[in-house]
Amino acid sequence: MLLKLLFRNAFRHRLRTLLTIGGIAVAILAFGLLRTVISAWYAGVEASSASRLVTRNAISLIFPLPISYKEKIRSVEGVGVVSYGNWFGGVYIDEKNFFANFAIEPRTYFNLYSEYLLSDDETAAFFRERKACVAGQKLAKRFGWNVGDTITLRGTIFPGNWDFVLRGIYQGKDKTIDDNQFFFHWDYLNETLKKNLPRRADQVGFYMIGLKRPDQAAATSEAVDGLFKNSYAETLTETEKAFQLSFVSMSEAIITVIQLVSYVIIVIIMAVVANTMAMSVRERMGEYAVFKTLGFGRGYLAGLILGESFTLTSLGGLLGIGVTFPIASAFARAVGQFFPVFHVSTETILMDVAAAVIVGVVAAVIPIWRVVQVRIADGLGRIG
Amino acid sequence: MLSNHIAVIEITDLVKSYRRGSQSIPVLEHLFLKIEEGEFLALMGPSGSGKSTLLNLIAGLDQVDSGSIRVGGEEITGLSEIELATWRAGHVGFIFQFYNLIPVLTAFENVELPLMLTGLSKKARKAHVATALSLVSLQDRMDHYPRQLSGGQQQRVAIARAVVTDPTILVADEPTGDLDRHSAEDVLRLMDQLCSELGKTIVMVTHDPRAARKAHTLKYLEKGVLTDAPQIAVPECL
Ligand SMILES: Nc1ncnc2c1ncn2[C@@H]1O[C@H](COP(=O)(O)OP(=O)(O)OP(=O)(O)O)[C@@H](O)[C@H]1O
Ligand SMILES: [Mg+2]
Repeated sequence: MLLKLLFRNAFRHRLRTLLTIGGIAVAILAFGLLRTVISAWYAGVEASSASRLVTRNAISLIFPLPISYKEKIRSVEGVGVVSYGNWFGGVYIDEKNFFANFAIEPRTYFNLYSEYLLSDDETAAFFRERKACVAGQKLAKRFGWNVGDTITLRGTIFPGNWDFVLRGIYQGKDKTIDDNQFFFHWDYLNETLKKNLPRRADQVGFYMIGLKRPDQAAATSEAVDGLFKNSYAETLTETEKAFQLSFVSMSEAIITVIQLVSYVIIVIIMAVVANTMAMSVRERMGEYAVFKTLGFGRGYLAGLILGESFTLTSLGGLLGIGVTFPIASAFARAVGQFFPVFHVSTETILMDVAAAVIVGVVAAVIPIWRVVQVRIADGLGRIG
Repeated sequence: MLSNHIAVIEITDLVKSYRRGSQSIPVLEHLFLKIEEGEFLALMGPSGSGKSTLLNLIAGLDQVDSGSIRVGGEEITGLSEIELATWRAGHVGFIFQFYNLIPVLTAFENVELPLMLTGLSKKARKAHVATALSLVSLQDRMDHYPRQLSGGQQQRVAIARAVVTDPTILVADEPTGDLDRHSAEDVLRLMDQLCSELGKTIVMVTHDPRAARKAHTLKYLEKGVLTDAPQIAVPECL
């Protein structure tokens, strides 16, 4: 019966309650979306492996390294597989259709990136053909590509129209893997350059190094960079994670602001719910005094108020979490090119739940304290 | 006074004052009172004389400054707030001027409320509530919410709530203060019946001479002093 009472209390002012629940839902939704944006931002970092190193030109990422470094790097202690590639920067039909596209050495690259799942047939077909390319599942879906299609990219860094034949569609091992990328043979790029722009041939944008043991990352990076010290193209080698993070950190300030805003939203809704609870409890002070008169202890009163507060926040929270998924996927469709990995993680949902619980507790604290403090005679005086 | 009756409420040398800022306002000074089992006592007196204060002390809603209050042989002045709450739940039935029913609970649920603190099963509670509601002739209204009942009916539900736990004493602070004459008479008849037929001990604070006349004993409180004979001719004028 006390449970019934708690629900009836919660819905006594239907409009106020519905508005509060709506407010909580919107806040939880906004919180969830912002957290998802943040995790999308860090998706590349999260998915990156600690057992891979990236070697690039020490001056800047825009400057290339000679292909001749490959054998030298391979000779370094602790280095396993060495792959390499270039950021191609090709445009598909229109600038708006942005996606990441790389020229890579296929065998070593897919060896290093076992999280990109490609069937054996597709792998073989991709390796075999010089003009072959593979695309991530999401990307292929976005443009309606099927295996066998010819795809033309307009070069921006490397001029001309480049034709590729889609030989495979890869899937991410899990949802955190970016399946919005496009890969083709580095040899195809290089041979074409040799013909048209020989000055820019035999150069790579980055080397990817698979470590034999992840704990050797520091020593190996140092060894690789030491190798090219004082050469005309010095290198900077770091773990893939650090490499990805260096991109993200460029926008660290924005992330910090988003993070801050997400917490501010929770604080605001906390104030709103606390206000609703304080109003309701103040109006019912006389009733709580009756409960006290009848001998109901603090535990009961706290339970009633906390329960009512939780009723509001859990309904609002559930509603908010419920709408987060469809809205997040709509959002993902709209901004998919900027956030290749945009999905609501379990962690975000847990944070939503935690936020709802915290709001519920905080909103109930002051009303509970007031009800416990009030003298019965004073509380009764409020009726009539 | 019949000396062979047992005093169910025994107040000895009671002092109570309220603190307002730094000064203390004495309300009850060295007050003595004995109420016997089955008595229906009306407490009258001018506004601000301390009637509600006294009633609250008897009912364990407030703490005394000094003195002793024994109810049913138990000293209640030494009890902590939490102990008092438990004691009230078992020993005191409350009737208020403004009924103080919980608006979101039905008549049945309102009467059931005090039983939630007992270990009674749902079935036993149901039986108790049914008995209490039939006592106030409202068994056919048990699914009604307070707003669907008249003032008199609400007060009768409140009386059912007060007696459902079979308390040692019933306290009523101006139970007819908010009722029309007809409903007030119903409520008073009911209280009289509780006293004469069920042997309940009732302490009632009232301004209403008609209510006071229903009671068996009349006490008059003025300036912290309790007297038997009213200093104004209240009952005679009716
Ligand atoms: N909580 C309180 N704090 C300070 N003073 C109080 C408090 N409650 C009551 N008083 C004072 O104590 C005195 C007695 O109050 P009480 O309510 O007992 O009077 P009463 O006889 O019931 O009056 P009424 O007939 O108007 O109900 C009054 O002077 C009142 O102002
Ligand atoms: Mg009073």
